Amino acid sequence: MSSAIQVNKGIMDRIIYDDDVVKMFLFATIFWGAAAFIVGLLAALQLAFWPANLELEWLTFGRIRPLHTNAAIFAFGGNIIFAGIYHSTQRLLKTRNFSDMLSKIHFWGWQLIIVGALITLPLGYTMSKEYAELEWPLDIAIAVIWVVFAVNFFGTIAIRRVKHLYVAIWFYIATIITVALLHIVNSIEIPVALFKSYPVYSGVQDALVQWWYGHNAVAFFLTTPFLGLMYYYVPKAANRPIYSYKLSIIHFWSLVFIYIWAGPHHLLNTALPDWAQTVGMVFSLMLWAPSWGGMINGLLTLRGAWHKLRTDPIIKFLAVAVTFYGMSTFEGPLLSIKSVSSLAHYTDWIIGHVHGGTLGWNGFLTFGVIYYMVPKLWNTKMYSQRLMNWHFWIGFMGILLYYISMWASGITQGLMWQAIGENGQLVYPDFVETVMRIAPLYWVRFVGGALFLIGFLFLIYNVWVTIKHAPKKETVSYVEVPPLKSDVTAIGTGHRKLEALSLIFTVILFISVLVGSVIEILPTLSIYKYLPSSEKTEPYTPLELAGRDVYIKEGCYVCHSQMIRKLPFDVLRYGKASTIAESMYDRPFQWGSKRTGPDLARVGGKYPDMWHLRHMINPREITPNSIMPSYPWLAAKKTDYHILRKKFSVMKMLGVPYDDDQVANADILAEKEAAAIYEELISQDKSLESVKDTELIALIAYLQSLGQKTSSEEVSPSNN
Amino acid sequence: MNIIFLTLGISIAMALVFLAAFIWATKKGQYDDLTTPSERMLLDDYEIKETKKDEKEEKAI
Repeated sequence: MSSAIQVNKGIMDRIIYDDDVVKMFLFATIFWGAAAFIVGLLAALQLAFWPANLELEWLTFGRIRPLHTNAAIFAFGGNIIFAGIYHSTQRLLKTRNFSDMLSKIHFWGWQLIIVGALITLPLGYTMSKEYAELEWPLDIAIAVIWVVFAVNFFGTIAIRRVKHLYVAIWFYIATIITVALLHIVNSIEIPVALFKSYPVYSGVQDALVQWWYGHNAVAFFLTTPFLGLMYYYVPKAANRPIYSYKLSIIHFWSLVFIYIWAGPHHLLNTALPDWAQTVGMVFSLMLWAPSWGGMINGLLTLRGAWHKLRTDPIIKFLAVAVTFYGMSTFEGPLLSIKSVSSLAHYTDWIIGHVHGGTLGWNGFLTFGVIYYMVPKLWNTKMYSQRLMNWHFWIGFMGILLYYISMWASGITQGLMWQAIGENGQLVYPDFVETVMRIAPLYWVRFVGGALFLIGFLFLIYNVWVTIKHAPKKETVSYVEVPPLKSDVTAIGTGHRKLEALSLIFTVILFISVLVGSVIEILPTLSIYKYLPSSEKTEPYTPLELAGRDVYIKEGCYVCHSQMIRKLPFDVLRYGKASTIAESMYDRPFQWGSKRTGPDLARVGGKYPDMWHLRHMINPREITPNSIMPSYPWLAAKKTDYHILRKKFSVMKMLGVPYDDDQVANADILAEKEAAAIYEELISQDKSLESVKDTELIALIAYLQSLGQKTSSEEVSPSNN
Repeated sequence: MNIIFLTLGISIAMALVFLAAFIWATKKGQYDDLTTPSERMLLDDYEIKETKKDEKEEKAI
């Protein structure tokens, strides 16, 4: 050991950072960012102006909205996270990335997944679980690429040349481990076709797992990695140490312990048992403290450098981003209070809240990081400070318009839904009336989104010209560190990598043990022991199931909930509050999270079949002011009866009480059901011959079954 | 609702892992010095201008 040091006396190891992969992720961020914003703008336009759905099945709001959220979170957000992590981690740990090959696989694998999403989501291949819409082949690809990323990252930690792990690194660690687990557990599903599968969880269980995932997607994909970026890039850009390093450590540990419990706040006042709702609410409120600790820490880093806010656009972006982090994390716990949620849930307030976080916090932090990184990576200066300032102000105005219009819209509509008159009747019984009232605000939101996009175009131009004018000679960053005691031959040789494997191995082992136990526990979960015996639920008939999959494919859940909350005004408007038993066979659950249109939990039997048929082909024929897209293609596409046998056998395997006869004859039974509905329709209107066996018939069968499958038997008091 | 045992179980397991990581970090002296890390990260690394070819040679060292 001592001889190794002597041999190398005075000689330093020179380590060259891998900035190529950082640049690639940076380009991908900008490219997919533009795509995500354009698709988002289209979605905003569709709500303001329904003809923007273009009567194309691939471009209706129900399919565009998941495309927008996935592109924004995983393509724009994901790529900047990877760029930032690879850029800052190498510099913080004074070592090159563990493996260039893994970095490349990570990059190209991730881009391929994004392309996969870009193709499958508009085609209607969706799990219908928010931010986890991608179907099973892509779910597997995500898990594999994430493991590649994890190996590369933990390998880099293992070969680090700095003993201390700076707080940003801890935020990255939490991100990688938690996202892996959340993704895998939420995506356990049984395939029925190449791009169709059913989750193993059903009803309330699916809802809990989904929002355990969904909330933590926000927590561990849009918060912790970006906080890591904040702890690196804010001090770097301001050239000042973080206000309190001690506070940052407390921030980290308190956040990771509390965040994961907050999921049920997405299900307040629903059929979820009250105690679970309360747990979610309490933990959400507790998040106030660590979140604000981090926000204050970020902002106070600028102490003594506040004047830079006037002159340095990067500081402007970063300071506003951290401020929006503070606003979002104030508003989040507020919205998690049950009574506030009863007003805000299902309304645009939530959309505003989310975009305050994504546009303000994630977006502006990303822009600040890009403006910081580009000149460093290309060894130059940004082409135009003026354009950066313009970007800042236009983008900022865009966010304000977006946020404020959605507040106004959400609170207005929420209050209209709640309004009860002198005689206990609803003041606005007509749902569409509440939509018309907020329609102008959808235009304001569209303008806000457009401004945000225009600002981003300035960034694209600015970055493009900067790189074009950059010195032609390639620049590399390197660092000189003392050689290792145990290993004189620098990094990248076999021995050091072997040591790294032990850390990687530990992490992977942990994840696989957890996933293993999940799979073991699963079989017990399909049993609904807690259901009251007085409630009996019939499983879906073959045609209803086919129609349900059409409902999922068209993304109806994006605008229609199927969950009547235990609130007087919900019950007055939609009927008896939903129960757990009613969705016990729902795979995936369709409780929804937004009511751009009315709740559908009890729409079955409310209108005749003909009403639904006309309404689906042209909603405005029934409701003149409806903003719903038209679905004429449903009346042309034939239902795939054949696959129903496979679907039924999978459902039976998952514990739905179908008998063998039903499974074997699922297609024939469905055809019979469809024929009955068709005969009824044709007897009223002879011109409807073409709708025979179409998906529209199946969808009608499903809609008519909603709220009709569960019957409560009278139970004598002695049995209770 | 028995799914709650699954999510609770995983959440607790993760909390325990993070707790172990916290104890590891504290014992390893990660938090002995809470002032210099925030200053040290500000120091910039060297920048050199080289062509790609040179980079490969450097890596070989």
